[in-house]
Amino acid sequence: MLRFEHVCKRYPDAGDALIDVSFRLARGEMAFLTGRSGAGKSTLLKLIAMMEQCTRGNVMLDGKDITRIGERKIPYLRRNLGLIFQDYKLLNDRTVFDNVALPLIVSGYSHQDIARRVRAALDKVSLLGKEKKYPLSLSGGEQQRVGIARAIVNKPKMILADEPTGNLDPDLSAEVMHMFEQFMQVGVTVLIATHDVELIHRLGHRVLTLDSGRMLAN
Amino acid sequence: MNMKRQTHRKHTGQRLLEKLQAYLLNHAHGLFSSLGRLSRAPVTSSMTILVLAVAIALAGCFYIVVANIQQLTGNLQASNQMSLFLKEHVNEAAGQKLADELAHHPRIENIKFIGKQQAMEEFKANSGFGEALNALEGNPLPNVIQVLPKNVLDNREALDVLMAEFKQMPQVDFVQVDMQWVERLQAIMRIAGRGVTLVGILLGFAVTFITGNTIRLELHNRQDEVFISKLVGATHAFIQRPFLYTGFWLGFIAGFSAWLIITIMLLIIETPVEKLSGLYNSSFQLLYLSFSEFILLLMMASGLAVLGSWAVLHYQLRQLKPQ
Repeated sequence: MLRFEHVCKRYPDAGDALIDVSFRLARGEMAFLTGRSGAGKSTLLKLIAMMEQCTRGNVMLDGKDITRIGERKIPYLRRNLGLIFQDYKLLNDRTVFDNVALPLIVSGYSHQDIARRVRAALDKVSLLGKEKKYPLSLSGGEQQRVGIARAIVNKPKMILADEPTGNLDPDLSAEVMHMFEQFMQVGVTVLIATHDVELIHRLGHRVLTLDSGRMLAN
Repeated sequence: MNMKRQTHRKHTGQRLLEKLQAYLLNHAHGLFSSLGRLSRAPVTSSMTILVLAVAIALAGCFYIVVANIQQLTGNLQASNQMSLFLKEHVNEAAGQKLADELAHHPRIENIKFIGKQQAMEEFKANSGFGEALNALEGNPLPNVIQVLPKNVLDNREALDVLMAEFKQMPQVDFVQVDMQWVERLQAIMRIAGRGVTLVGILLGFAVTFITGNTIRLELHNRQDEVFISKLVGATHAFIQRPFLYTGFWLGFIAGFSAWLIITIMLLIIETPVEKLSGLYNSSFQLLYLSFSEFILLLMMASGLAVLGSWAVLHYQLRQLKPQ
């Protein structure tokens, strides 16, 4: 599903963020990406999300080389990805329903399809009753679940999560992780960047560790 | 198998229809949500619209003023009819004889002799001096031959040659092209017409840039929305759609307001203009913008606004990269 081959990323002003990183993720695999702050976790996720391009090496996503992908193709490839952020990145002037519907509207789904899929996604994160609420009236955990619903509503092949439990208490974190495991079980590839070591060990999935831009344990 | 294919075809057809529906719905949503957004920030929106409207109205007023003057001068036929004023010692018989000779001239279309007596009577009738002219001892008016040259209307040089020829005649005192002032006025109006075009272009640029800048600010205010849309796979076309509609509305409403401004200004000056035209015994009717001109104004205003928005979006959306 995902393949990194000798990937290097150098920022003109900040130097090397990733040095010769190589790894593979199989379809339906779930993995954690860890490392201290500044180790290159975010950079690695940005390369997959096509927000950055690597300086050297190759990135393959779902059989396609996205290393130097054209600007015009990026939107269509991003529709295969579900992105989840630490700060949720919700639109606060739109309802929960509209937030979750955004990826579907963007892809040109019909009105009926949108309503059906949004409800299904909200049901999966147990927020079905809150579709008319605005994000700021929800708790942090609920907002993160809205973010997760938005990430899965399009039935993506891969989910990328950047510190999804960073702002949540342990109980909520466990709940969120349980959701990710459910997605994995239906064949979605999940990559989670986190430094919550305890959680990682408890769940016992594959761990990719970055240190100063290099991949240590794989 | 065949049935399966048929249902499959029907299914794709239906899907295509649904896609089209979704696309149109998205456009409709962009059209109305952008209008709603403008109305939710009434002060900012109305200030932008007013600036645009004033710019458009300026161009429009200049245009309508020139159109009105052109209407006035357009009725005047510029002809090259000239008058040959004969010298004092040439009596009416000699003048008539000269006119008869000139009638055979190859360059002359038509000729008319106006004797001094006839001229005096016409002058009395038309000038309003009437009786006062009776007090004059003699008739101070000269004999005149009116000459209409053949098709040399467009040819200044041929006309000059003809004038020089007349001037050299011993009986002729001086030659005057009667309606030369009309031609000069029309030349001035042509310059004014070109001025309207230039001012229009300049103010068109202003409309384009003002809208572009407004959209740029709007884009920065809604940066988060743009980033998030990009991250969930929105194309540039999708992201810029509501902004383009905002630009359209700005131009459209400004165009309509400009039409209002122009019409109100014309209404204000209509009475004094009618008074003036009455003093000249003229049936001058003040021209307003016609319906087709009104539609053209709306189309140009919204078109330029969309153009300005599009240029800014085209450039800025590539710069805005999600972090």
